[in-house]
Amino acid sequence: MNALDKFFENLGSSIKKGPFKIVYPMVDAMHTLFISPGHATSTGPHVRDNIDMKRFMGTVIVALLPVIFLAMYNVGLQAGATTTFAAFLIGLKALLPVIIVVYAVGLGWEMIFAHVRGHVINEGFLVTGILLPLILPPTIPLWQVAVGTTFGVIIGKEVFGGTGMNLLNPALTARAFLFFTYPGNISGDSVWVAIDGFTGATPLAVAASASGSAVDALSSAGFAFQDMFLGFIPGSMGETSTLAILFGAFVLVATGVGSWRIMLATIFGAYGMATIISLLSGDQTSGMLSLPAHYHMVMGGFMFGAIFMTTDPVSAAGTNTGKWIYGILIGVMAILIRTFNPAYPEGMMLAILFGNVFSPLIDHFVIQANIKRRLNYAK
Amino acid sequence: MEHYISLFVKAVFVENILLAFFLGMCSFLAVSKRVETAIGLGLAVIFVEVITVPTNWAIYNYLLKPGALEWAGLPDVDLSFLGFISYIAVIAALVQLVEMIIDRFSPSLYSALGIFLPLIAVNCAILGASLFMVEREYTFSESVVYGLGGGFGWALAIVAMAAIREKLRYSNVPDGLKGLGITMLITGLMAMAFMSFSGISL
Repeated sequence: MNALDKFFENLGSSIKKGPFKIVYPMVDAMHTLFISPGHATSTGPHVRDNIDMKRFMGTVIVALLPVIFLAMYNVGLQAGATTTFAAFLIGLKALLPVIIVVYAVGLGWEMIFAHVRGHVINEGFLVTGILLPLILPPTIPLWQVAVGTTFGVIIGKEVFGGTGMNLLNPALTARAFLFFTYPGNISGDSVWVAIDGFTGATPLAVAASASGSAVDALSSAGFAFQDMFLGFIPGSMGETSTLAILFGAFVLVATGVGSWRIMLATIFGAYGMATIISLLSGDQTSGMLSLPAHYHMVMGGFMFGAIFMTTDPVSAAGTNTGKWIYGILIGVMAILIRTFNPAYPEGMMLAILFGNVFSPLIDHFVIQANIKRRLNYAK
Repeated sequence: MEHYISLFVKAVFVENILLAFFLGMCSFLAVSKRVETAIGLGLAVIFVEVITVPTNWAIYNYLLKPGALEWAGLPDVDLSFLGFISYIAVIAALVQLVEMIIDRFSPSLYSALGIFLPLIAVNCAILGASLFMVEREYTFSESVVYGLGGGFGWALAIVAMAAIREKLRYSNVPDGLKGLGITMLITGLMAMAFMSFSGISL
C-alpha cells in the first residue's frame, strides 16, 4: 500500500506542476479512493469517526448492488433472453455503456469545476453516477445520457458549489431534464425493452389506460403482483425489482446511512393516500382510481425513489420532524400525480423534486416551532 | 362547492401565477431573501388580490364591457379600452391602503419590505390575475376564489424561495452567479418541480 501511496503522491505532484494540471483533481480523487487521506483537522470540532463521505457513499453503492444485478438480468429477460447467462449479457450491454457515459461525462465536468474553482472532487458523484443509469430506460440514446448528465451536474449541483450544497437531487434533475426535453425517448410504450421497435407498456401505463378495473387489465396484460414485486416487468433499468430495493433499504437503515424516517413516511404517505382514493372513488371506477394501494408500492419507480432518492441527505429535510413531513408530502404527491394527472403515469420523479423544493421551508418551520416551544419552556 | 375548490387548487398549483406564468418576478426575486419578509409580502399580495380581482370584476361587468352600461341607458357603449387604466387605478389605490395598514400595525415589516410594498401596485401578478379574470369570464364568486388562489400560489412560491435562499447561504455559488443569477436558476428548477401539476384538468 505504501508503494501505491507513493505512486499517487509522485504522480500528483508532477502533474500539479505540468501542463496537465487540469487532471490533478482526478488524480487526487483516485488517491483518496484507494487510500484514506491522512488529513487531520487543525481547528475544532474534531470528530473521531470512521464514517467519512467515502464510507457513506460506498455504503449506498453496496446497497445498490442487488438492484444493479437484477436490473441487468431483467433487461435481458424483457428482451427475450432464454438463459440466465444470456439475460445478464444483454443487460450488461444495455446498462454498462450508460454507466460509462455518465461517469465519463460527469467526472469530466467535475474535474473542470474542481480545477477552476479550486476544490477537490469528492465522492458525491459516485452515487449520482450509478443512480442516474438505474432510472433511465434501457433504450436511451447515449448522447442524451451525456446531455442529461451535463445538465444534472452543472445546473443541478455545481452552480450551487458542488456536493452537499445542491437544492435538488442531481440524478433526478438530469432525468427530469431528459423527460421534458426528449419525452419520446424516456416515456411512452416503445422505450422499455432493449430491442428496436418492440412495444411493451409498463404496468403503470397499462393501469392508467385500463377501461375497467386496473387489476384485471394488469393480469390480462400478464403482470402478476408477484412478478411486479420481484421486478420482472418493463420499466426503467433499476426501478423494477421491489425485492432488491428492499434489500438495499435494509443495508441503508442498518448502517444508518439512509433515514428510516423518510422511507417510512414516504411509504405511509403513499399507501394512505392510495387507500383514501380507492375508498372515496368506490367500486365503479376505472383506470388508476381502481388500483389498490399495495399495487402502487411495487409498480414503477415508487420504491426506488422512496428508498434511494428521497433519502438523499442533501436535498431532503434535515430535522427529524421535517423528515416525516417531507416523506409524507412526497408519498401523497406521487399518488396524486399518478392518479389525477393524465400527462404522467409515473409521479415519483416529480413528487421527489417537489419535496426537494419545499424541504428548506419545512425545516424552517420545524426549527421556528422548536424555538418557540423552548422559549415558552424558559418562561 | 367542488367547482370552487378545484378552481382554487388550479390557481395555486396547476396554473401557479409565478411558476407557470412567470408573473410578478421582480418582487419575487428582490424580497425573497428572508422567510419572514417573504411571508409578509405574500400576505400583502393575497390581500390585494382578493380585493382587486372582484372589484375589477365589478368595474368590468357594470362599467366597461360592451353593453355593460345598459343600466344607465347606454347599451351601445363599449368602454373596454379603459380596462388597463381602471384596473391599475384600483390596484394602486388598494396598495396605498395596505401600505398604511402595515405601517400602522407592523412597522418592522414595513421597513423590511421597503420600496417593494408600494411596488406591489405594479406587480404584474396582480394585474395579471385581473386580466385572466376578464379573459376567462369568471363570475363574481369565481373571481373571489381566483384572487385568493392566485395570491396564495404566489405567496407559496415566494416563501419556498425564501427558505431555499436562506439555506443557500451555506453554499458556495460561483461569483458571477451570486444573487440574482442563482435565484433565476432556482426559479427555473422550482418551475420544473411544479411541472408535476401541468396536465391536470380540473
